[in-house]
Amino acid sequence: MKRHLALLAATLLAGAGPAAADLTFPMLSYRTGAYANNGIPFADGYHDYLTLVNERDGGIGGEKIRITECETAYNTEKGVECYESTKGEGALIYQPLSTGITYQLIPKATVDGIAIHSMGYGRTSAADGKVFKWIFNYPGTYWDAASVMVKYILEQEGGDIGGKTIALLYHNSAYGKEPIRTLEELSKKHGFKLALLAVDHPGLEQKSQWLEIRRSRPDYVLMWGWGAMNPTAIQEAANVRYPMDHFIGAWWSGSENDVKPVGDRADGYKAVTPNGVGDDYPVYDDLRSYVADKGLAAGAGDQLGTVLYNRGMYAAMLAVEAAKTAQQIHGTAKIDAAMMRDGMEALEITEEKMTALGLPGFGPAFTVTCADHGGPGSAMIQQWDAKAGEWKIVTDLISPDREVIAPLIAEDAAAFAAESGIEPRDCK
Amino acid sequence: MFYREAGDFKTSYSDDGQTFPIAFDRWRYYAVLAVAFLVIPFVINDYWEKSIIMPFLVWSTVAIGLNILTGYCGQLSLGTGGFMAVGAYASYKLMTAFPELNIFFVVLLSGAITAAVGALFGLPSLRIKGFYLAVATLAAQFFLVWLFNKVPWFYNSSASGQITAPERSVFGILVTGPNAAPWASYLFTLVLVTALAWVARNLTRGKVGRSWMAIRDMDIAAEIIGVNPLATKLSAFAVSSFFIGVGGALFFSVYLGAAEVGEAFGIDKSFLVLFMIIIGGLGSIFGSFAGAAFMVLLPVLLKNVLVGGLGWPTDLAAHIQMVIVGGLIVLFLILEPHGLAQLWRVAKEKLRLWPFPH
Repeated sequence: MKRHLALLAATLLAGAGPAAADLTFPMLSYRTGAYANNGIPFADGYHDYLTLVNERDGGIGGEKIRITECETAYNTEKGVECYESTKGEGALIYQPLSTGITYQLIPKATVDGIAIHSMGYGRTSAADGKVFKWIFNYPGTYWDAASVMVKYILEQEGGDIGGKTIALLYHNSAYGKEPIRTLEELSKKHGFKLALLAVDHPGLEQKSQWLEIRRSRPDYVLMWGWGAMNPTAIQEAANVRYPMDHFIGAWWSGSENDVKPVGDRADGYKAVTPNGVGDDYPVYDDLRSYVADKGLAAGAGDQLGTVLYNRGMYAAMLAVEAAKTAQQIHGTAKIDAAMMRDGMEALEITEEKMTALGLPGFGPAFTVTCADHGGPGSAMIQQWDAKAGEWKIVTDLISPDREVIAPLIAEDAAAFAAESGIEPRDCK
Repeated sequence: MFYREAGDFKTSYSDDGQTFPIAFDRWRYYAVLAVAFLVIPFVINDYWEKSIIMPFLVWSTVAIGLNILTGYCGQLSLGTGGFMAVGAYASYKLMTAFPELNIFFVVLLSGAITAAVGALFGLPSLRIKGFYLAVATLAAQFFLVWLFNKVPWFYNSSASGQITAPERSVFGILVTGPNAAPWASYLFTLVLVTALAWVARNLTRGKVGRSWMAIRDMDIAAEIIGVNPLATKLSAFAVSSFFIGVGGALFFSVYLGAAEVGEAFGIDKSFLVLFMIIIGGLGSIFGSFAGAAFMVLLPVLLKNVLVGGLGWPTDLAAHIQMVIVGGLIVLFLILEPHGLAQLWRVAKEKLRLWPFPH
């Protein structure tokens, strides 16, 4: 009996699944834990778009997509467990969906030969394709976002922010610390004063930081927050009567979950975004008729059109397009992880392509190259309209200041290469 | 039947006082070691290494550490996560500052550094005990995490504050970093854990352990019979922190390969380890292993059953899993407050008398 139990436990623990012939897209999602609020819409968007491709197009190039979801709760150890348990099933590409997990997986996936698409998060210097062969973070990085925000402020202030103060309110973790390097460089270049205000996980306690803001009145406050930290910060900003239109969040600090709890007082809050907002895109007709109406929507199916749902859908769209590109390059519909990587690297997103997909003007047009895995990094500014209860895009695409960012990326990538003994590839 | 004492005669004190006085127990112990050293390395793959066995071994080490302090010496501590962080950051600094240093010594030195830090934070234990001490060690937890987040020297001023373990090898075979073979890092950890568990078991049986237990049971009485509370409590803090530091170093360098202090060594880790030793059994080395297995492996098992086996949605499974694990903990503590180790002990007692319980 005992042996039988042990045997049963062993087979169950191993979670042995047969290697499927379909195209496997693992999802490391988090629908539980401290960040579930934001994890759910992203996961739903990613899932629904892949379901749409299966239902409407019969998969990618005739091959059905198999989605294997694994719950990480935004926890690094669980993320590693998820990665190890799904990688053997023919996984084509990973979206780790957390800076911590991405840092864990970068070396592992590089050895295993599976591509990682950390879209707009993770390790910024992974944009250097010469060092990070398997890692992609297009269409933009945190450093791009920081630069876009500063550029937007420059625009608002008529091109001169010398002597102004910009405060950065950040989550005291790898994720929150990411933009500091760039902002420091930019502050040297433009002559503004940078004030750093760290908020510890989970971010509910930020009274002292806002007291500081109230006292010193920085001209602008930038926020790198996630989860419960965002609505708390916006609430505090309203409490100290900080002008909302001078308060700009990163692209993970600008969803409905962040502003709605604050109510009317959040009106005017801004955030940077690499993708369009709202459900005013033709793809939504398909999503409704092929997925939602058939009862195939992931989760509760109530997230359509929210900012993070759109972003998850965007990530899935890029992955599907990369898979199509890979199929064209290698002339086979049954691609493997290595071919998928080639597809990721040869991906070209044009305005026509996006229009054909029902997503006109949804994000920047870009071409990935061997040396550049980071995309153009251009992004827009969105603003919350509390009366209408929706986000509105208020600018065109703003491109980042690559003069400042490129050397930083090269420096950090070189440090990583030296640290882990990687010989940078030769890119023509 | 199995646990026979009939015919198992002891003719010397040392025979009588050995860790496993019953022959069957002893052979089982050797069998487990033989499987661990001679079978598992040949069959282990990435998944088993990274998701099941490594976490189990690493958390067992940490649980032994806390068990020495709390289970054997009766000093309540909530600083475990912070001390693990000390071990992890010490190993990171040692690995990057002295690249030639063998990883074995890196891990042991990290333990030694943590021992020093632990002894320092153990100083208040001379004046306060119980809940008050728990709060003092809680301060250690928060202070240490804050320190490693605040001072860039600890993470070599990397942009994100993450620390990443460089590749290190033993006898030319990689044991850390992504290129390390699963069997290599497994064996490396196993050797350390086996040695440490052996040391812990013998420490707790000897003079040092007896004085710890004397202090635990009644400190004033212990002092009267000649146990020095200062030396005893500080040695418990130092030894306990040594184990926790080694666990933290293994957790970072061999198991995960990268860590970020707030996420990897937060207060929840302190609680996790405390649960492990309470579930496993206070004052028992076997209990430390059993508790670690319960807290680390059960969620993985449940996840595989619910999601992999039954195809439930991941979020539902995650929530149900919390309910089940939580419920089991409550049930356990009601039915057997002394943990899995006591359950095992009772089972053994019964088996020794079976089939004639009288």
